[in-house]
Amino acid sequence: MCNVCGCGEGEVKVEGEAHGHDHGHDHGHHGHDHDHGHRHDHVHDYGQGPAHAHAPGMSQGRMVQIEQDILAKNNEYAAANRRYFAHRGVLALNLVSSPGSGKTSLLTRTIADLGDEFTLAVIEGDQQTANDADRIRATGVKAIQINTGKGCHLDGHMVGHALDHLEPEAGSMVFIENVGNLVCPAAFDLGEAAKVAILSITEGEDKPIKYPDMFHASDLVLLNKIDLLPHLEFDVEACIANARRVNPRAKVLKVSATTGEGMEAWYQWLRAHRQIALLEAAAPAAAAATV
Amino acid sequence: MHEMSLCEGVLQVIEDNARQQNYAKVSAVWLEIGALAGVEVEAMRFCFDAVTRGTIADGARLEILDMPGTAWCMDCMKSVTVSARYDLCPSCEGARLHVTGGDEMRIKELEVV
Repeated sequence: MCNVCGCGEGEVKVEGEAHGHDHGHDHGHHGHDHDHGHRHDHVHDYGQGPAHAHAPGMSQGRMVQIEQDILAKNNEYAAANRRYFAHRGVLALNLVSSPGSGKTSLLTRTIADLGDEFTLAVIEGDQQTANDADRIRATGVKAIQINTGKGCHLDGHMVGHALDHLEPEAGSMVFIENVGNLVCPAAFDLGEAAKVAILSITEGEDKPIKYPDMFHASDLVLLNKIDLLPHLEFDVEACIANARRVNPRAKVLKVSATTGEGMEAWYQWLRAHRQIALLEAAAPAAAAATV
Repeated sequence: MHEMSLCEGVLQVIEDNARQQNYAKVSAVWLEIGALAGVEVEAMRFCFDAVTRGTIADGARLEILDMPGTAWCMDCMKSVTVSARYDLCPSCEGARLHVTGGDEMRIKELEVV
């Protein structure tokens, strides 16, 4: 159960723990608010409660300006996660892709190659099963599984809870493997430094324009499974052009998690971004100014 | 895309605001949804009714204001209207567009009683 925020997303589980569904089930309809409507001093407050307007043409309703982002709540959680990462000099990345693009294989390969150089940790998001977290833990790296139940994406709130359990070390890298889905995770900030989209060449070169929001939101595109190029009709240049069309600043790296081809460029990207995370932890004021 | 979560987000913002401003019933909600926000308006309406049932916004009217997608064309040096992120410039058919608006998902205002 959640002591921090009173959350009640019944189906979400952080590593086997049922999460918070004992909150908030008594909204309104069980009459817990005993002080409404039974005042014996006969003060009639027309400012509240259902309309009993007597003045003709007068609306009982009033307008309330909100002007807030629909995702304001998520963005608050994401900002808290971002402060958490910044404070500890942790590089956090949000890995997004279709199901089956090879995210987990890419991660296990990355862990095998960089595990001695950096402290790594993984948050795994899937609708069901802890299979991916088990695969990661088999490499000796700390991992925590979030099962979203019927949910199609991770949100800032779930990741905040996962961090409570994961407790990543200062200066480490945290990979957040989002639910395999090229649509919904695009809109939900988790507090990451960057989104990394993984696109395998078995999926077709038009994926970036079929799912423009995700590729627009990603800083880096890893074009995975390039060892299969000889066996497929896949136009790498067309794919990169499509990615640039929805995101002119996108960087694209060609990799194979199976053969290791191109992986060194990805590692260099990781090293560079980890340096930035460390600098931001050392100079939080400067980091805040660049956000 | 994830209209159920978005509607839950709308309800959270409304419930927080209701506590601050002390009202007990919301009769209408105005949302601004951009053409590039990836939101299905019909799905949003469906989910809104489901999510708000039994809450402060039960039965509230949902008004959705469509916001156009806009982009700056770096070749034409002017602002143009687009309907998708991969659209080309309607003037020069170039791809050097920088999207400047249309990804809004905002709660604009409420009518409360």
